Amino acid sequence: MSDLLDLSAVEARAALDAKSISATELTSAYIKAAEETASLNNYVLLTPDHALAMAARADEKLAKGEAGLLEGIPLGVKDLFCTTGVATTACSRILQGFTPPYESTVTANLWAEGAVMLGKLNCDEFAMGSANETSAFGPAINPWQSAEKIDLVPGGSSGGSASAVAARSALMATGTDTGGSIRQPAAFCGVVGLKPTYGRCSRWGIVAFASSLDQAGPFTRTVADNALMLQAMASHDAKDSTSSVVQLQDVMAAVGQGVSGMKIGVPREYVMDGMDPDVMALWQQGQDWLRQAGAELVEVSLPHTKYALPTYYIIAPAEASSNLARYDGVRYGLRVEAGSLDQMYEATRAAGFGEEVQRRILIGTYVLSAGYYDAYYLKAQKVRRLIKQDFDTVFTTVDALLTPATPSAAFAVGRKIDDPVVNFLNDVFTVPANLAGLPGMSVPAGLNADGLPLGLQVLGKPYDEASLYRVAGVLEQATAFTATPTRRAGGAK
Amino acid sequence: MSQLVTGRTGDWEVVIGLEVHAQVSSQAKLFSGASASFGAAPNENVSLVDAAMPGMLPVINRECVYQAIRTGLGLKAQINLTSVFDRKNYFYADLPQGYQISQFKHSIVGAGVLRIVLADGSTRDIGIERLHLEQDAGKSMHDQHPSKSYIDLNRTGVALMEIVSRPDMRSAAEAAAFVRKLRSILRYLGTCDGNMEEGSLRADVNVSVRRTGAEFGTRTETKNLNSLRFIQQAIDYEVARQIELIEDGGTVDQETRLFDTNTGTTRTMRSKEDAHDYRYFPDPDLLPLVVTQKEVDDLAAALPELPDDIRDRLINDYGLSPYDASVITEERDTAEFYEAASAGQDRKLVANWMTVELFGALNKSGQSLSDCKISPAMLGGLVSLISDGTISGRIAKDVFADMFETGKDAASIVDEKGLKQVSDSGAIEALIDAVIAANMDKVEEYRGGKDKLFGFFVGQVMKQSGGQANPGMVNQILKSKLDS
Repeated sequence: MSDLLDLSAVEARAALDAKSISATELTSAYIKAAEETASLNNYVLLTPDHALAMAARADEKLAKGEAGLLEGIPLGVKDLFCTTGVATTACSRILQGFTPPYESTVTANLWAEGAVMLGKLNCDEFAMGSANETSAFGPAINPWQSAEKIDLVPGGSSGGSASAVAARSALMATGTDTGGSIRQPAAFCGVVGLKPTYGRCSRWGIVAFASSLDQAGPFTRTVADNALMLQAMASHDAKDSTSSVVQLQDVMAAVGQGVSGMKIGVPREYVMDGMDPDVMALWQQGQDWLRQAGAELVEVSLPHTKYALPTYYIIAPAEASSNLARYDGVRYGLRVEAGSLDQMYEATRAAGFGEEVQRRILIGTYVLSAGYYDAYYLKAQKVRRLIKQDFDTVFTTVDALLTPATPSAAFAVGRKIDDPVVNFLNDVFTVPANLAGLPGMSVPAGLNADGLPLGLQVLGKPYDEASLYRVAGVLEQATAFTATPTRRAGGAK
Repeated sequence: MSQLVTGRTGDWEVVIGLEVHAQVSSQAKLFSGASASFGAAPNENVSLVDAAMPGMLPVINRECVYQAIRTGLGLKAQINLTSVFDRKNYFYADLPQGYQISQFKHSIVGAGVLRIVLADGSTRDIGIERLHLEQDAGKSMHDQHPSKSYIDLNRTGVALMEIVSRPDMRSAAEAAAFVRKLRSILRYLGTCDGNMEEGSLRADVNVSVRRTGAEFGTRTETKNLNSLRFIQQAIDYEVARQIELIEDGGTVDQETRLFDTNTGTTRTMRSKEDAHDYRYFPDPDLLPLVVTQKEVDDLAAALPELPDDIRDRLINDYGLSPYDASVITEERDTAEFYEAASAGQDRKLVANWMTVELFGALNKSGQSLSDCKISPAMLGGLVSLISDGTISGRIAKDVFADMFETGKDAASIVDEKGLKQVSDSGAIEALIDAVIAANMDKVEEYRGGKDKLFGFFVGQVMKQSGGQANPGMVNQILKSKLDS
């Protein structure tokens, strides 16, 4: 059985097409794996009956030779994606008991291509957090452990997604990335995570955090799987006004194309004080690998990088404070009855939202207030344009950028949660891509001295995911990343 | 024209600006596919987007955009090819999103002008500051249950045009004329049905008073007035209240007020201090709204002739009085009725019959022009019988009443009842001779200098003829006989 869990999605698809395994068999193995690794708390809801029914349908399709891109591939869905008839909570008490009568466009695309839903995955409440510690279901745990065997965070907000894919309890998973919520957990858990270009995947049916930054993307164990999943997820969607009509490139083909002749920038502003020396070393190693593969590496400058975090922490909460106004106890989710309408709002939102969500709503409300709007929100929008211009300028001379994905490896559960500002720093390398709407990818590239995975980030031009897959394909090959976490399903311990 | 209001301490000038909310005539709502029709059962026309379910996103309904542009063109206003939707954030039970999508800084329509017609037929141009698109909210019902409020989301998300005037009006009558004219233009354009009872058109009035030539005074805003009468009552009350307040040494507070339809008075709804901080910011779910000049040009080319243009034509080409022209052009169907009825006829005579007899009869019977039995051709037919002398004006009134009642045309009524005017000079002479013979005493008096008796003889002859004698001929023959 452990063999089944170690198949990549591309391999599993070949085996399914060859009838050497069945979708039901593969799905059953993953259901068992999820149960086996339940202590990681990466699923908030398992839907085994649903999964087996979908697997049976996939087997029928396979038998008829009508298989879709992801026919029979069992995957997990971040609990931010609305799924018809299956509880969707954004890991918040305020959406307790909410079961949507509609399916998000992204998950609908996945099911249309034959994917099988194993269940809903843990995440930070409303995707607000970098450690998956703000979830109403408690923290998801990273399957990787250092020598001390203490529980580590899987990163966030898509912590459950990264944890499950790494632990072999999902072959792939959906995530969303507002400031690094796919790339940072992917790096912490040693898996591949892509934040596509803003507009590439429809936001329709995904619980909104910050509309101008949110973007859905795939978590996988290999770069090729990632390209495969992106193909299935991405689409133009008339129901999302910010969805792009630009066609997705042939990303599957890009994976093996190599980087020969590519010009890759290394932004000097991404060298930060107090960065883990292992991260610095890996970044240098990554540059060497790419150079050896025929790319030209050049130092570039993104002068406004240092303003990215403060800009992000104004814009994201501003949008969130408005996006989360709909959770008011009137129509769905939690309601705490009280004397007047205003009291009901207060009681419901105080009980329904966790501390981090409340903090961001307060910040967002503040920066949009009369008298502060110009100094905060408007200024942040101006800086956002400057950050975007930095990238536009750099991309006139280079094809992609190589940076670390995170300043450090995964940390212990509970270690940083007391200091929200330190938590915010996790996003320092990932946030600029969200502000600029660019695609970014985190690829596992090695282990640190404690044996924990580290990731490198590749950033590209808008709608040029193909270049990311070219670079990531080379890094994957050079790294030969074969290590697996200790708390995985099915593996030899 | 002076329109000052006299207080205890002198004269005051009234300054009025209006914000009119007009519901866009459209199949679907501004950002969702749900029906925008009126009168459905509660919560029947509610989409997932309207109910602000998690993850739902707005998508602009292009037809609503076009309706706003048509209206802007009708107001001779600037059309902004790029505009931006903002979120206006506040909590209320009938506002599912927790914000209203509106246009705050960059509206789709900019400055324009509206020509109002006053009671004496004179006109005045009132500035339009802007027109923007926004979502309507739902309806809270507080009278359905002893302790709970019920919410109907049918209106939630329906497209509204908010039309903001400059503070150019100086009396309640001008404000009413503004709304009447705006309603007329909206109905001509088909961009709003103008139905004030159903709430399709409602106004917020901003009122202040000042000494002539002084700076603007502090204004109050009275919300949500849904009839011309209420608009005028609210303004009159506010003007009197503010003048009294200032003359008593007080100051007007800038505040939002509510109008009580039962008492005709206004009262404080919320003061400036309690004003919401709406935290406007551009809606990140929507891209800036871009329209092309070609789209605007195409809409302009397809626009119907507007009331001001028709009115000018009726005055200049047909010679109608400004008053008649205004009355006839206020509604599109009336103007079209008139054009059809008066084609090939005496234009002024048709206007007269329409504004006096037809409108009078409609008013009296409570009917509208569309359910009236008289068609444009029938009214034209009646006027043609008058013009060619077949019937007299007096007989025509009886024929009209019959037409209005039965729906028969004038010619057949005249035939059936034998109402044709008598223009046979022999017959009229005989009638005159009989009247003279029967009133010899009065003939003597007349010939003795009592000229006024001429009218008596005319009346007698007409009476004898059953009203059918040609009055011109009666006059002429009678005069020659009496004076001979």
